[in-house]
Amino acid sequence: MKVNGTVFKYGDNVDTDVIIPARYLNISDPQELASHAMEDIDARFVGAVKPGDIIVAGRNFGCGSSREHAPFVLKENGISCVVAPSFARIFYRNAINIGLPILECAEAVQGISAGDEVSIDFETGIIEDLSKGTSFQAQPFPPFIQNIIDNGGLLNSLKNENT
Amino acid sequence: MGMTMTQKILAAHAGLENVTPGQLIEANLDLTLANDVTAPMAIRIMRERGLDRVFDRNRVCLVLDHFTPNKDIKSAEQCKLCRDFALSHELENFFDVGAMGVEHALLPEKGLVTAGDVVIGADSHTCTYGALGAFSTGVGSTDIAAGMATGRSWFRVPGAIKVNLSGALGPHVSGKDVILWLIGQLGVDGALYQSLEFSGPGVSSLTIDDRFTICNMAIEAGAKNGIFPVDATTHEYLDGRALRMPVVFDADADASYERTVDVDLSAIVPTVALPHLPENARPASELSEVELDQCVIGSCTNGRMGDLRIAAEVLAGKHVHPRVRTIVIPATQDIYLQCVREGLVEVFVNAGAAVSTPTCGPCLGGHMGVLAAGEKAVATTNRNFVGRMGHVESEVYLASPATAAASALTGYITDPRDVK
Repeated sequence: MKVNGTVFKYGDNVDTDVIIPARYLNISDPQELASHAMEDIDARFVGAVKPGDIIVAGRNFGCGSSREHAPFVLKENGISCVVAPSFARIFYRNAINIGLPILECAEAVQGISAGDEVSIDFETGIIEDLSKGTSFQAQPFPPFIQNIIDNGGLLNSLKNENT
Repeated sequence: MGMTMTQKILAAHAGLENVTPGQLIEANLDLTLANDVTAPMAIRIMRERGLDRVFDRNRVCLVLDHFTPNKDIKSAEQCKLCRDFALSHELENFFDVGAMGVEHALLPEKGLVTAGDVVIGADSHTCTYGALGAFSTGVGSTDIAAGMATGRSWFRVPGAIKVNLSGALGPHVSGKDVILWLIGQLGVDGALYQSLEFSGPGVSSLTIDDRFTICNMAIEAGAKNGIFPVDATTHEYLDGRALRMPVVFDADADASYERTVDVDLSAIVPTVALPHLPENARPASELSEVELDQCVIGSCTNGRMGDLRIAAEVLAGKHVHPRVRTIVIPATQDIYLQCVREGLVEVFVNAGAAVSTPTCGPCLGGHMGVLAAGEKAVATTNRNFVGRMGHVESEVYLASPATAAASALTGYITDPRDVK
């Protein structure tokens, strides 16, 4: 599976409180919740993001709270992949569980700029910066994780295995 | 090769003789936890998937503590969803307003967690129970939905950083200062995917409340869990309280650690983490120019009896600075009542503080003390991220109960050792 999109770029330690501030966690409507994604560090994100777009960020992305609302609002806004040198462990687990692809690749984070057009092949782990004509190799997902993502999340994959 | 404490607990719960770092295992759970922020999503996930049973109605805990007592209609609806779920599944450990407390103070207090347990909670500070020699870690709503339904969860076995403690803490220094200092050394991702295993001759000098505070913030160094060995202090806390028999696991003498950090407790000074990361640790004595608008004493990090006694000792017979709105939140109903009995509520009110019913409220900018643009708060809570306690241009300084109370008195960040 391949995705294509424009890059939104952020720094180190993007925490779950800025991905989706706690003050909105009483909202249960998915679209209303998603309309507040990233607003505390990037007020233009929700207005500018298009389906397929990609977040490239610094280390320890998603640190902080266990709220699954964080990967959820990124996916709901159409983000097709987050690329970072490292992810906080609960975010990593939550992202896979809901079927939001995330890749660890420090070189790509160094080489890719905000606004670049990027294409990612999950099978090979190759990240191509189409704007710069460069490419980077990330570790592709092991098959069991790829299976979860292909099915759109952990519980979907369990359901599809059982039926 | 030997195993760490965490590895031994995980191996025992997975029915395995041995586990090694990086191994994927499926383990039996002793307890699951969710709250009014994370449970609604988990409940909806269970419903969508047709998961209509919980694995054990005595081991699935729900605590309505974040936006409660209901701060608005949306929160009330979320709580109602949780309440209906708890009633329909006849959950034994459902805690609503009146019985509710801040979850990570409440569960140990009720004896629901014991040594040797494996616990997952849909709250990142679930790592608190490592203080009791349990493996406990935070997960999201999908994982907790699966855990509530099956009583099992998958884990990647973590490696560990050994934190070797020696010496004993000085006056007005507590577990909060230790963990803020340690996060300052490790960085907010310094223990990513790993356990923080505390050991050494200094362990015995730490109170159980110090240990809860230290394990609570293991996540702020990126750790999967924090854990203390079980000793006389642990047994004293668990005896007559724990509902299940403690099982003691000791790290093997030849356990392998990724690295060792030595901490001389006697060298730790009152420490404050500056905005906007818990790793920005500095001695309180260097921050006397920081002018404060609010002080919050409470939370799953520092809302326990030991914490409130420390705060009361600093505030007794004095009055907070007129500019500093001071909010004291005992973490559970039992702690609240004990504060009344010991005269602490009187001390706080006479000092000009507001005393609240248990809630996570201000820690996550929910309610009961939200900050305006440009305001600064000293708080005994655990996170100081951008916008954590309110406006994106507000600031949170993390500190111990002694430092927070001393700072409330002067209106500036103050080393509690300087308060006469």
